[in-house]
Amino acid sequence: MKAHYPLLIIGAGPAGLSAAIVAAEHGLDVAVIDDQAAPGGQIYRAIESISPERIKQLGGDYQRGHELVAQFRASSAEYHPHTSVWSLNDRQEIGILTQDQTRIITADHVLLANGAMERPIPFKGWTLPGVMNAGAGQVMFKQAGIIPEDGVVMAGSGPLLLLLAWQYLHAGVKIRALLDTSPYNNLLRALPHLPRALMAHHYITRGLHYQNMIKLAGVPIIKGVSRLSAHGDNKLEKISYRRHGKTHEIETDLLLVHFGVVPQTHLSRAAGCRHSWDNNQQCLRPQLDEWGATSQPGLFIAGDNAGIGGARTAEHAGRLAAFQVLFQQGIIDQAQRDREANKDRKWMRDDLHIRPFLEKLFRHPWGLLAKTDDDTIVCRCEEITAGQIRAEFQQGHSGSNQVKFITRSGMGPCQGRQCMLAVAHILANESNQPMHDDAFYKVRPPVTPLTLGQLASLYPEEQE
Amino acid sequence: MKADVIIIGGGLMGASSALQLSKLGLKCVVLDREHPGRHSSGVSAGGLRRLNRHPAEIPLSVAAAAIWHNIEDLLDNDCGTHFPGQIRVAENAADLEKLQQRARLVAGLGYDHEEMIDRDELFQLVPGLSPHCVGGLICRDDGFGQPFHALTAFRHKATRLGVDFRIGARVDEIDRRKGLWQVHTPLGKFRAPILVNSAGSWAHRISEAVGESVPLQPGSPMMMVTERLPRFVEPVLGAASRKLSFKQMPNGTLLIGGAHLARLDFNHERTEIEWRKMAVSARTVLALFPQLEDVRIVRTWAGVEAFMPDHLPVISPGQEAGVFHAFGFSAHGFQLSPVVGQIIAQLITDGTSSLPIEAFSIKRFQ
Repeated sequence: MKAHYPLLIIGAGPAGLSAAIVAAEHGLDVAVIDDQAAPGGQIYRAIESISPERIKQLGGDYQRGHELVAQFRASSAEYHPHTSVWSLNDRQEIGILTQDQTRIITADHVLLANGAMERPIPFKGWTLPGVMNAGAGQVMFKQAGIIPEDGVVMAGSGPLLLLLAWQYLHAGVKIRALLDTSPYNNLLRALPHLPRALMAHHYITRGLHYQNMIKLAGVPIIKGVSRLSAHGDNKLEKISYRRHGKTHEIETDLLLVHFGVVPQTHLSRAAGCRHSWDNNQQCLRPQLDEWGATSQPGLFIAGDNAGIGGARTAEHAGRLAAFQVLFQQGIIDQAQRDREANKDRKWMRDDLHIRPFLEKLFRHPWGLLAKTDDDTIVCRCEEITAGQIRAEFQQGHSGSNQVKFITRSGMGPCQGRQCMLAVAHILANESNQPMHDDAFYKVRPPVTPLTLGQLASLYPEEQE
Repeated sequence: MKADVIIIGGGLMGASSALQLSKLGLKCVVLDREHPGRHSSGVSAGGLRRLNRHPAEIPLSVAAAAIWHNIEDLLDNDCGTHFPGQIRVAENAADLEKLQQRARLVAGLGYDHEEMIDRDELFQLVPGLSPHCVGGLICRDDGFGQPFHALTAFRHKATRLGVDFRIGARVDEIDRRKGLWQVHTPLGKFRAPILVNSAGSWAHRISEAVGESVPLQPGSPMMMVTERLPRFVEPVLGAASRKLSFKQMPNGTLLIGGAHLARLDFNHERTEIEWRKMAVSARTVLALFPQLEDVRIVRTWAGVEAFMPDHLPVISPGQEAGVFHAFGFSAHGFQLSPVVGQIIAQLITDGTSSLPIEAFSIKRFQ
């Protein structure tokens, strides 16, 4: 690895790969770093090593991943797997950790393409062993072919839940029930967006197909579920939920939950980029121009960490960012940039037609986000409950950072990734205020944990 | 709005002053731009240290220690205090000589809270220490507290005594009319005959607004916290010839500071960790505890703190009638805070302090 690159891309998913391909095609010295072992990101995880049989189980989209990764491998872009980023600042200094070597490298331009994470929503019992994120279930399936042997209950809301259920059915997993936590009236609110969504109808066709197949397989799809809870002494034994005013229970030792995905913002916030609350996507996202440039010069963002748009949009956004970097570095002129970009913009516009519909259809009710039971743990690292957060609000600590100082919520190794949104929602609810741009913890690097030994190895020449 | 005293800055010094003044029956309003303690008060390392204080600070620090040991009497809250002692570790003969000189100096001033310990006792108190260490200087009942809890406790107690805290009251202008100070803020105009400047890293601006310029320099000491570890060290540790503050918190995390400074963009109130210097801190820790190499750092931060050129605070009446200053604690003010409130209250009500404060006069910069 070099000490400096004209363009450094963080993340080897669709956005990072397509940006790298474009940059390399134009002769730019570009490197992609990624914490996984192979390119593809979360969506095309393990795409190079996966068997044709599992590709079939995973569905048609994965073919595109194959092509993209092959193109990237054939390009001149440098690739550094097993490399994590623990720090990023507004001078494009990037703290990286690779095979136990800690370094700080620099770049003229940085493209952050580190994607999304599953939205954590605390609910009663969510910390019990046996309760897992659907994304984690999918990772095990994609990477190692691991499936739940003894059946599973799936709950939450969002396209991935349906997709994973469909993938599991193909692999012969017994799904005891699929519990949908979206309110009934979401569909009504989504309908006005349906005509536009039909311009990207393949998404809808596929969604309906998954749903039909799941029904045909005899899996009960239970809609209008609220107050999802997990129960058990030391591990999950059963789950319960409310529906039509009645409480129902299902015995299970595995519950996979999924509440959609939200942008990963720790790096962009660490670098001081401006972010704002997106009420449609119910998440914090960076403020970007039409090329993906952030408020910090030299720092670009493309892909789901820019706001949730999916894999195809991420590819186009990655290319757009690359064109702008090439233009700013004097490698292509404005006319060429705009000519190339027009195609991507059109594709991206078409692909994004589905989003307003999906956002309304899978919108989470405020109660689920903000009215967490007092005895439910919100911060898993420090074991802080919703009730403790509310008690501090009553004591006059109305902001996330004040609550963090006094309760230690968000101070654990996950850097507040798990509780950041929940704490902000709970405080917004207590104060009867809508969510706002500054409602979140400050990021305290290292963004991913670093050992004392690794830090000590930096700048060996520096004296007291 | 009219009060007896306007206090600018609701951090530890401001809240402590407000508490003491309201006990004496004065009506205080505390103005703060944002939530109080947002900067140095809330993010300090929380050391309760008499060890190695500047001689001028020793009388105040000794008086403060007595209050901290019974802090519940004052604040109805223990502020997370623990008193396992603080030790400055000597790593070689030169260090040892330096510490012995210090011990003689303190004894010569008539104090007995700092004493030398030999290698055996050092390793008894800190079994995990690297074998090259040769002794130390100890203050046996020094310790630490939780700054944000203390800050909150000061504010809550002051509020119960009738102090009026105003959040969002950024000071736009200060002028004087008919013998009253007038402080203009977005929340309106506040008037009082007495003005206390405890505005922390912004205190020089308040000071200038009342006609006294001071060479205050904002700085950002960095700190880091590790994952939780089994208990292995009780006392708070420093080193004789290195920048270090090292302690294991009750929850098992290590809190490591070293007075190395972060990059600071003062106008935007943004700090950025200077990894070059943080790496030095990590090497210092590993020199004393090589076994900690694989311990994960989970968080680093840097608050904004007011430094004076001589690293001594300003605790002083101002030039103009009715102005009192308490700022510039140069990253070691936490321990002094209960006493600073008493001194300010005495200065305002009696015109004099029972503790010696000549060294902290604002006149030293004029």
